Amino acid sequence: MILTNIETVPGQEIVEHYGLVSGSTIRAKHAGRDFMAGIKNIFGGELKGYTELLRESRAQSMERMVSQASKLGANAIVNIRFATSTVAVGAAEIFAYGTAVKVSPSSRQIEN
Amino acid sequence: MESLIFAVVLLALGFFFGRYAESKHYKSIRKRESQYRHKPVLSGKTALSEKNINKSQLAVGSVVVSIDRFKLMVSTIQNLLGGEVHAFSSLIDRGRREATLRMMESSPGADGYYNFKIETSTISGSSKNGLGTIEVMAYATAVSFHS
Repeated sequence: MILTNIETVPGQEIVEHYGLVSGSTIRAKHAGRDFMAGIKNIFGGELKGYTELLRESRAQSMERMVSQASKLGANAIVNIRFATSTVAVGAAEIFAYGTAVKVSPSSRQIEN
Repeated sequence: MESLIFAVVLLALGFFFGRYAESKHYKSIRKRESQYRHKPVLSGKTALSEKNINKSQLAVGSVVVSIDRFKLMVSTIQNLLGGEVHAFSSLIDRGRREATLRMMESSPGADGYYNFKIETSTISGSSKNGLGTIEVMAYATAVSFHS
């Protein structure tokens, strides 16, 4: 699966269009992590627990988006966008969406 | 009285450790930025010369950073007086540069990064301590050229 956040896949041609695909997840860290982040907040700097949480949730929402696209028979997702929102204390929602397409090497590319 | 001492201790801890952590972080950011300086990061997508591109892949980098207690207090005072809140600018700057670097490090083989986007959101860790914590996410399409 080729993922890009531009409208096309460079060097390839879009031959079929399957429409919008999306994936989202809401995750929270356990109370221990929240507590540690609270302590870390005194000193400032990176809160590794939360970075990890958001990375995991992003990976999961992208996974969901990809599985939706592959069910449709797509081999690429273009124009991917992300959105993050806080739904509750200590819980974050990550939403990923894009356009599922089928691409093939463009004829121009083969000539070269 | 005890709570006052507690608050002062927290401020002092924030001041010293926060300062130390920030200078250490900036040092590492500068070092890594110089390693990646030769690679273009562009916010546009029209610069793509389609012929040369071999592979393209999404690259994502993110970081959650928070300001220390001392800066939080300073920012509260600056907020009262109005004008630029300097206490926050270094936090945002650190977050953005770190996220950009992580994005580049996530696909180190790429020759350039196109359609670079950066998103900042406020994370409330808990209702009381959530103030001054931000998440920065940077993403772009990493491309590699034909050799």
